[in-house]
Amino acid sequence: MELKDKLLSSFLAFEEQVNMHSEVHDIRSRAIKDFDDLGFPSKKQEAWKYTSLNKILKHDYTVFPKKEDAIDYRDVEKYFIDDIDTYKIVFVDGIYSSHLSATTHEKIDACLMSSAMNSPKYKAVIDNYFNKVAPKESLTSLNTAFSREGAYINIPKNTMADKPIQVVNFSTGNEAALLVQPRNLIVVGENSHVQIIERHQSLSDNPVLTNSVTEIFADKRAVVDYYKIQNDRKSASMVDNTFIEQHRESFCSVHTFSFGGNITRNNLNFYQKGERIDSTLKGITVIEGNQHVDHNTLVHHQEPNCESHQDYKGVFGENSTGVFNGKILVDKKAQKTNAFQSNNNILLDDKATINSKPQLEIFADDVKCSHGCTIGQLDEDALFYLRSRGIPAKEARALLMYAFANNVLESVKIPEIKRKINKIIANKLGVSIGFNL
Amino acid sequence: MLKIKNLHAKVEGLKILKGINLEINPGEIHAIMGPNGSGKSTLSSVIAGKEEYEVTRGEINFEGEDLTEFDAEERAHKGVFLSFQYPVEIPGVSVTNFMRAVINANRKAKGMQDMPANEMLKLIRDKSELLEIDRKFLSRSLNEGFSGGEKKRNEIFQMAMLEPKLAILDETDSGLDIDALRIVANGVNKLRRPDNATLVITHYQRLLDYIIPDFVHVMVDGKIVKSGTKELAKELEVKGYDWLKEEVSAS
Repeated sequence: MELKDKLLSSFLAFEEQVNMHSEVHDIRSRAIKDFDDLGFPSKKQEAWKYTSLNKILKHDYTVFPKKEDAIDYRDVEKYFIDDIDTYKIVFVDGIYSSHLSATTHEKIDACLMSSAMNSPKYKAVIDNYFNKVAPKESLTSLNTAFSREGAYINIPKNTMADKPIQVVNFSTGNEAALLVQPRNLIVVGENSHVQIIERHQSLSDNPVLTNSVTEIFADKRAVVDYYKIQNDRKSASMVDNTFIEQHRESFCSVHTFSFGGNITRNNLNFYQKGERIDSTLKGITVIEGNQHVDHNTLVHHQEPNCESHQDYKGVFGENSTGVFNGKILVDKKAQKTNAFQSNNNILLDDKATINSKPQLEIFADDVKCSHGCTIGQLDEDALFYLRSRGIPAKEARALLMYAFANNVLESVKIPEIKRKINKIIANKLGVSIGFNL
Repeated sequence: MLKIKNLHAKVEGLKILKGINLEINPGEIHAIMGPNGSGKSTLSSVIAGKEEYEVTRGEINFEGEDLTEFDAEERAHKGVFLSFQYPVEIPGVSVTNFMRAVINANRKAKGMQDMPANEMLKLIRDKSELLEIDRKFLSRSLNEGFSGGEKKRNEIFQMAMLEPKLAILDETDSGLDIDALRIVANGVNKLRRPDNATLVITHYQRLLDYIIPDFVHVMVDGKIVKSGTKELAKELEVKGYDWLKEEVSAS
């Protein structure tokens, strides 16, 4: 059976399992119809021109995995930022794992979508925010239809989350092939502040497809820093759909670090709904083999006096392919917008590919918008310079790649994340020199 | 220390070095002068191990070993240092962190542990004083946006940090004003010891007023055509290179 048909028929069984209040039920029912109409994305669509999901849609994915509770924290510790105290919301094969998690309801809520959706206490928040910024779009609608579990984070106004929150999704490989669809909702009140780290990690070589949707609402003067660490096995693919609605004077940043996975597509969308908003989108991609990473970004400037900063760096080895499609949309009303976008790439091998496409649609006449894109190779003269000082070739190459991507790390506010990323890059490049550059 | 015998080298099929013979002993300063395009910089790159240059004949013997058998980094580990004519800019790596990586890479090659952080800081402080380098300079990205003088001072600073056996200074005087020239030359002179040697490559005699050579060689068309003492450099300053070129083509 085709995956689409399997999903449509699974929806009926899914509906029987979940007992939800009617608004969410209506949203899900509409979403499955939308998915039925739209189907999976194809390369014929402009936004999917360079990324084909065909290969990964062929697997016979299990949609309802069994509960797995046998993971020992010590075995998966390395996938966490484990040297600082954090809240943890952890899922195994899409199902909440209480013994790996550390949730809270004090001052802030860092807990589960399933309980938020079922509890009358959270009904108002769900009614106000659930599926309000996620658009009707094939994979997002599919996620909405099956939305049941994920992270629910609610920071009331004037509250500083006392620790960063880690949202980690493990897949065990107990199923021959697994489709997981986490659904996260993050609501950050006026003057509030939160830092979130998200990671997806497969623990076996069985294929996994993650279709994740995250909705983030940042109220007036809220500050949200979001870090996505993508270093999954080569058997795991992911479509990440993140939608951020920002209100007056809020600051939101998303850093996406893409090193692993088979096919990874990041749909990252910012909607600015007030004045003096600042949006930051940054990424480092280092891939090789047949890996594919696609960053598809949108910043929609809807009000005057706002800023957006995009900076994506990519290093592509062997047969890997990268895509950067960055859209900046400035409404007529959004005067005095400052929007910057930069995408720099290094191709290490003849067969590596990058498709970089800035897309600026500007309807206001008093704005500053800039975009720049470079594609190059490692500088041979720089390599010789480093080697002539005694740094071995492999380390010299690593150092140059690291230096190239380094400025993206400067805006990371949690030093332990920087250290983790440095370590992942060093491991990936097979060098042991400590980069604390 | 260094014995170059009948060295031939080419780059992209073009023969540049056509039989170089040169012997440098510990404690000596040699200068190689010559007109543009004579192969001076090629010689320095070949000694340092740049891969684009292919040695077709001859050998570069350094303390009993043929350097052509080794990669650039291995030559550095053996104590060969090249001060670049055009130091490469590396944004994203500060001078201090670069030095740390360099020092520890060289220690690792010798089977030593990383240098302790406090020792490293002290070494950097001492050596940067020698080159009159400002503290702020050390946290800047390597060579990025440096003036010509800053770049060359930074090269000699690296040399001071590494204390090589053989230092090759490729056109270190180009782009230097007189103050920077004096600081750089002063640094080189202070690093001079009975057991190390320096090869100065230059187009002009000016630098040799500050770094006094024991021997001066003139290179024309890929060969050393004349050797002498520092007086030869003075003669070249007055007469230029044309008379030597004529001598070469006449013979």
